[in-house]
Amino acid sequence: MRIQTAIEAKLGALQPQFLQVENQSHRHNVPPGAESHFKVIVVSRQFNEKTLLARHRMVNQILADELSTAVHALALHAMTPDEWSDKNEASAEIAESPPCLGGSVAENAARKK
Amino acid sequence: MSVQERLKEVIQSNEVVLFMKGSPDFPQCGFSGRTAQILKACDVKFASVDVLADDAVRNGIKEYSNWPTVPQLYVRGEFIGGCDIMTELYESNELKKILQPAQS
Repeated sequence: MRIQTAIEAKLGALQPQFLQVENQSHRHNVPPGAESHFKVIVVSRQFNEKTLLARHRMVNQILADELSTAVHALALHAMTPDEWSDKNEASAEIAESPPCLGGSVAENAARKK
Repeated sequence: MSVQERLKEVIQSNEVVLFMKGSPDFPQCGFSGRTAQILKACDVKFASVDVLADDAVRNGIKEYSNWPTVPQLYVRGEFIGGCDIMTELYESNELKKILQPAQS
């Protein structure tokens, strides 16, 4: 299964009100077609009353297999339904992920050693 | 000393420490670069560790806080989060509060 599809399917466990998984690998220094860098926006009631750290840990846990293998970076925006509607009302942009600075190359070289 | 012990020592002996790819002046990853910029914008003194310089550290820091990615920020021994969390805390002005006693 494609990694993107797997991420989308697994995050279904959060019963998200909104879920967007975007493969941003093409913006990074990796081979064409790679699935290494993702941006995820997930809106779930299960994040209510949870700190940001706790929300990220929930997602990291669900995606532990992907994060320990193919997925190199996960830009994560984990919001409650209330926060999401506030953001939309203010028509605030979700933060852009930063540009690549080439670190994957050094890292992959280190792995091959 | 094991890697985990070394990491613990670095994290506990520096009030603010950022584990990143590259250095604050020459970051090798956009996420790392952004976190270093945020700390600079908060006008805080911080130590940084380049995880690309040592594979044992790069893998060890992921285990240390059970957090799968780099960058990672620690303040007074406590794990704060990665790039997204730091960005959100910075935008809501909470990061300054967390960093406060460490401000130069």
